[in-house]
Amino acid sequence: MSNAPESARGSGEGGRRRILVLFAHPSLERSEVNGPLAEATARVEGVTLVDLYAESPTFDFNVDREQARLLAHEVICFMYPLYWYSTPAILKEWQDLVLERGFAYDAAAPALQGKIFFSALTAGGPEAAYCAAGYNHLTIRELLYPLEQMARLCGMIYLPPFALFGARTALEEGRLAGHVADWVRVLEALRDDRLDLAAAAPRTKLNDDLNAIIRGG
Amino acid sequence: MDGMLLHAFVYLAAAVLAVPVANRLGLGSVLGYLIAGILIGPALGLVGSETKDIQQIAEFGVVMMLFLVGLELEPKLLWEMRGRLLGLGGLQVGLTAVAIAAFALWQGLYWGLGLAIGLVFAMSSTAIVIQTLNEKGLTKTEGGRASFAVLLFQDISVIAVLALIPFLARPESLRLAPWLNAPMGQSPAVHGTARLVAGLPDWGYALVVLGAVAVVVLGGHYLSRPLFRYIAESRLREVFTASALLLVVGTALLMTLVGLSPALGTFLAGVVLANSEFRHELRSDIEPFKGILMGIFFITVGAGIDFGILSRDFVTVLGLTLGVMGLKTAVLLVLARLFRLQAGDRWLFALSLAQAGEFGFVLLGFCVQNGVVQGNIARTLSLVIALSMLLTPALFILYERLIAPRLRNGSGPPAADTIDEEGTVVIAGIGRFGQIINRLLVAAGVDTVVLDHRADQIDLLRKLGIKSYYGEASRPDLLHAAGLGRARLFIVAIDDRDRAVEMVEYCRRTYPQVRILARAYDVSHLYLLKRAGADLAMREVYDTSLGMGAAALRELGMHPYKVERMTRAFRRHESEGLAGMYDLWDEDPDIARNLDLQAVIRKHVGTLQDALNADRMQLHDRTERGWTPPSRGFSRESDEWQ
Ligand SMILES: Cc1cc2nc3c(=O)[nH]c(=O)nc-3n(C[C@H](O)[C@H](O)[C@H](O)COP(=O)(O)O)c2cc1C
Repeated sequence: MSNAPESARGSGEGGRRRILVLFAHPSLERSEVNGPLAEATARVEGVTLVDLYAESPTFDFNVDREQARLLAHEVICFMYPLYWYSTPAILKEWQDLVLERGFAYDAAAPALQGKIFFSALTAGGPEAAYCAAGYNHLTIRELLYPLEQMARLCGMIYLPPFALFGARTALEEGRLAGHVADWVRVLEALRDDRLDLAAAAPRTKLNDDLNAIIRGG
Repeated sequence: MDGMLLHAFVYLAAAVLAVPVANRLGLGSVLGYLIAGILIGPALGLVGSETKDIQQIAEFGVVMMLFLVGLELEPKLLWEMRGRLLGLGGLQVGLTAVAIAAFALWQGLYWGLGLAIGLVFAMSSTAIVIQTLNEKGLTKTEGGRASFAVLLFQDISVIAVLALIPFLARPESLRLAPWLNAPMGQSPAVHGTARLVAGLPDWGYALVVLGAVAVVVLGGHYLSRPLFRYIAESRLREVFTASALLLVVGTALLMTLVGLSPALGTFLAGVVLANSEFRHELRSDIEPFKGILMGIFFITVGAGIDFGILSRDFVTVLGLTLGVMGLKTAVLLVLARLFRLQAGDRWLFALSLAQAGEFGFVLLGFCVQNGVVQGNIARTLSLVIALSMLLTPALFILYERLIAPRLRNGSGPPAADTIDEEGTVVIAGIGRFGQIINRLLVAAGVDTVVLDHRADQIDLLRKLGIKSYYGEASRPDLLHAAGLGRARLFIVAIDDRDRAVEMVEYCRRTYPQVRILARAYDVSHLYLLKRAGADLAMREVYDTSLGMGAAALRELGMHPYKVERMTRAFRRHESEGLAGMYDLWDEDPDIARNLDLQAVIRKHVGTLQDALNADRMQLHDRTERGWTPPSRGFSRESDEWQ
């Protein structure tokens, strides 16, 4: 299967893309950054925000409903705090149950083909740690290879993660508001097809220089 | 006998006709009663001299009212409000009374008379104001809270004022030592017995008084509880009501015997019982009596209003009324500023308390009895009180239509209220089922009110430090007393199936805003509860049974996670089935006759096994659907897993 990013055209209203944000945070009441990000997400038109821990607190998914939701959107986003270089557990369980054989892969018409997939994550460690010379040795993109490969196997277009580093001090250092604004900008650009997918695809993280990949807005 | 029945008929008919209409018009019930009295008295002339006798009986309603006021006064609540209570309330009563007394003195009246009139007018109408604030949803505003504090202080201060009034009489009109004038509500017979203490020396008398107060406090604290518990266990409702009445009447009698105010005594008894588990029950037992007696009291006041005076001295009466209201408003506005209320709250506070009130009538009657105020003056003053009460709804309308909107436009959105209470949860039934619920909620920091009809159970829970109240939780008045009107959730956890359905029905009808969670016995009961309006009903042993079924499968050696998956599948199958069958059941709940329902139940039972054990490779296999591995040939056929 080819990896060329053929743009997922929105079939929503007015040719816009509909965006599904699957949000996973197990202790939202203590969150400093994901809470505000989720609130902002819910306010963007054309975006469906799903709080997985609230909807399926026992990890018991209604697979039919989850799959129907995927079919109704053109962009799928996992939104989460980075836990042990990966997603919180519920997103893993969600993948294991929802991305069924015959639906997402090994199917005559893979259901997710051509959709866009990416992560929006926050990490406690500083950005400098996420490189070969840093104490984490790998970049954030490299650490998320399993997700990237998951997307590719399902025929989806993969974009690098929208990431906030040093998340534990973002609020007190006044970096949060700008990050939230950037996030809303990315969502709106994706929705309105103003984000240059080809330019964004090779990046390590999506939000390096947004002006270079977003037109107008 | 005929005469008595006739009078009862006239009074009741007037009340039944006038009060609902007044309520509809937003005037409140107190005004309704007054209007009823005006109708049968001055307007139609149906009643005459007997109003005096009836008024004496009706005054007992005031004694009951003070008992209820006392019952509301949890010492803790009182302590939290102390600043406002003493500051706002004390200054309001004091400043208003002194200002009016000064005016009276300037007019050349005796100072005692002036002060008495000042105290009479300082009182506002608790009944009208609380009810109106409630109806208009203003109780939780800062202005509403401040008003409540002042009203509470007034209600309490009535006790002190009653004790003070005898001393205000002109010395020459004093007939007996003031203490021996057994205060209000006494019949001549009781008055006679009050002389029992007349022969005692001062120190002996003091001892008797102290003894009586001790009897009320200690008896209320130590004796009444075991007594009520004993009576509650007999499960005879009317006997409980009778004993509640007995408590009030007995306290009043004791006080009259030693020459103290019966109102003071019952107030004390109320405070002593405010912390007891029988508080809600006592309140709902006494309240109807108090309501009727107070109603009759207001009717007699209305009937006694002398419209002759109004037509003769129209200008004076109207001037006095407006003067009193203006003065009260001014005092309140100053206090509101002093206590830093917002502009909108300031006006609500000042306008809502500007009238004179029902305690004014009571104090006035007492003043006349003690020769402090002469009858003709009292009649004019009654008229002023009544008029000011009649004008109160107009002031509320003034506030709502003119003042509130203007303030809102001026300064952006109104400041949010301080929220100092969690939405309360009322739990009916605190057996094994309710206890677990309550423990979880309380541990999570949720405020709960627990009701049960088993006194021994309540007793035990209280010993364990769980806030709970005795009472037949299916009684509407008790549910009301427990605060269902303000609660967010009502949890029906009782084990009586029919009662539970009735309770849900009642709550759904009366408190549509409350969400109802109910304990169901079985599926039929669950449907009944759902139809009655429960938002959520759960079968009481469903979870445990399923849990034990799962334990059995594990005992048999099945992998625990496989068991977990099957249990989840069972749950899903069950809830889909239940949801699907409700409509059929609703057509005819009798399963024996409902053939369609039988067919669906058979099918539901039949599909369970499929749901749990279907072929692993089938997409519709429920339990094995998740974590289905790719086909063995998948990696060979495609290049993607390489
Ligand atoms: C269980 C756990 C594991 C974590 N693992 C990592 C990690 O591997 N790398 C990292 O940079 N931060 C890690 N963190 C820090 C979180 O990413 C950080 O607390 C989060 O992004 C803050 O977002 P919040 O304020 O919305 O909760 C971890 C935190 C927890 C609780």
